Amino acid sequence: MPQMNMVQAINDALRVAMRRDKRVVLLGEDVGKVGGVFRVTAGLFDEFGDARVIDTPLSEGGIIGAAVGMAMYGLVPIPEIQFADFIWPAYDQIVNELAKYRYRSGGEYPVSMVIRTPVGGGIRGGHYHSQHPEAHFVCVPGLKVVIPSNAYDAKGLLLSAIADPDPVLFFEPKRVYRAAKGEVPEGEYTVPLSSAAVVRAGDDVTVLAYGAMLYEALDASAKAQQQGVHCEVIDLRTLWPVDIDTILRSVEKTGRLVIVHEAPRTGGYGAELVSLVCEKAFYHLQAPPVRVTGFDTPFPYTLETEYMPLSHRILPAVLQVARA
Amino acid sequence: MDQTGELEKFYRSMLLIRRFEEEAARAYARGKIGGFLHLYIGQEAIAVGAAAAIRIGYDYVFQTYRDHGTALALGMDPKAGMAELYGKDTGCARGLGGSMHFFDVEHGFLGGWAVVGGHIPVAVGAAFKARYAEEDRVTLCFFGEGATNIGGFHEGLSLAGLWKLPVVFICENNEYAMGTPLKRTSPVTDIAVKADGYGMPGEVLHGHDVQEVRSRVAAAVERARSGGGPSLLEIKTYRFRGHSMSDPGKYRTPEELEERKKRDPLLVTRQTLLSGGVDEARLERIAEEVEAVIAEAITFAEESEPAKEESMHRFVYAAGEGG
Ligand SMILES: Cc1ncc(C[n+]2csc(CCOP(=O)(O)OP(=O)(O)O)c2C)c(N)n1
Repeated sequence: MPQMNMVQAINDALRVAMRRDKRVVLLGEDVGKVGGVFRVTAGLFDEFGDARVIDTPLSEGGIIGAAVGMAMYGLVPIPEIQFADFIWPAYDQIVNELAKYRYRSGGEYPVSMVIRTPVGGGIRGGHYHSQHPEAHFVCVPGLKVVIPSNAYDAKGLLLSAIADPDPVLFFEPKRVYRAAKGEVPEGEYTVPLSSAAVVRAGDDVTVLAYGAMLYEALDASAKAQQQGVHCEVIDLRTLWPVDIDTILRSVEKTGRLVIVHEAPRTGGYGAELVSLVCEKAFYHLQAPPVRVTGFDTPFPYTLETEYMPLSHRILPAVLQVARA
Repeated sequence: MDQTGELEKFYRSMLLIRRFEEEAARAYARGKIGGFLHLYIGQEAIAVGAAAAIRIGYDYVFQTYRDHGTALALGMDPKAGMAELYGKDTGCARGLGGSMHFFDVEHGFLGGWAVVGGHIPVAVGAAFKARYAEEDRVTLCFFGEGATNIGGFHEGLSLAGLWKLPVVFICENNEYAMGTPLKRTSPVTDIAVKADGYGMPGEVLHGHDVQEVRSRVAAAVERARSGGGPSLLEIKTYRFRGHSMSDPGKYRTPEELEERKKRDPLLVTRQTLLSGGVDEARLERIAEEVEAVIAEAITFAEESEPAKEESMHRFVYAAGEGG
């Protein structure tokens, strides 16, 4: 089986989908000739031509709005937003048009498309090349939100997202774009949406993570084990609709919960996860859930290792929850 | 100041920017500077000419992430700039912003802005404030040709045109938005025509002649200052480096680049000075002065304390500053 990093796996998924289905088109800034700023769409312009791999002007609202229109009569556009930080000019199109279209038309106009966008810190990008804005999207009814942590999942989840009848926002954790390497099957396969993966089994503390922070959670869990604390680490993979059953099964076993995310804490996705667990498994909890997150500040150019919820911040939280 | 004296000053300022950025690129290659670094090399005459056309410290200036040149042309201390690139506490944004986010309130520099187009309506608001306060301040708002495709550009110009505000929009058309040439992203070749739809004059000029830039920007600034409303100046230029440090620039040919380098604003200005009677030795002395300033900036950046963790939390709310 070929070894691929996440960039190559996503590229492969796009190629597979485009070969199989003429309705799939890519659009975005520099996705064509240049192959994308992170090279995710490299080679696709040459294979599929400029009618299907479209270099657009710098115009996020235009890109997403046009993609919605393309999808209304059956195209399957896959727009790229170059960095998730630049998605805001398109937020109106996503929230008010894309996510509501099926509902507003009484189911007559489903909109199937996947918005791809790199997300998160770790490249010293500063305020506007580092943010992790998932909380602003999981709260939008009609939209699905996905984030892989490794190459295999990236390809399988993307192929599922492309086949899905609903609009999907597909976050790509750029910190591990090239570092997360692994075996990736050629051709077709899927990883289902809304299915979390238990990537490390343990009985003491449930740790929920996703994207680049999964590796930090795993690192902290390995260190916790040396101190006799056994973590169960769950890679959520789809943030919405979330696989609550897998979470509950784990929390009912451990009674203890730590949630890790890069975004600021207040109003972050962790708050929703804590609420869900409290609503559905409150009497199983043996300690207050703890969130390890970015700070309630803009993302700084320097001090990334302080700002981000890396292993050195997760470990104390895990030990605290384990011993509470 | 006589013409040559003025041009000599411009030359010095452009050279300072060029050398600042060349050294920044070197420090980047050594890992002293991280993240993104967008160089202004090739476009220096625009920042310097425009800075000479305004009342520095009184007028307001907005720029994109490609912001070092404008900040330095306005008079920002190169030490504060270099320290910011190095992520030091002594930097102009306390080391928390980096290359794309310079600020300098003393010189009326309201920032480098990394979200393309985001600053354009904001600049319009600054111009509104000046008029509201009955001040004759003018706002300069710089952006690339790529930015003229995003909503912020159109919404900003629409308001400025409607309200006849004292703002000069300067489009630095360097022909490429990242790797995409203008002809692949725009149905028109002159950005200046976009002014028509917003009821303001649009003009095209060339960006390698610093005196030309100065006088054309000055005319637009004076019109704005005296109540004549906004304008859009499209200044044709070219960047000699990649979009940022990570861009090898494979989307253009070496021949094209070489051709454009013949109109390097520093080269052109140097030739004008020499043919105007300034001798080599004089230019050499300017270069030495500039080298000393740059060396001092680098030493300062190297030796300064790193950004402080407390700064990260301090400027989020007024209360963080004891306000
Ligand atoms: C809203 C937004 N979309 C995309 C980007 C990524 N991006 C940064 S610069 C750039 C090209 C800008 O080109 P132009 O406006 O011509 O300015 P130049 O870089 O040539 O000075 C792009 C696509 C961004 N920063 N903000």
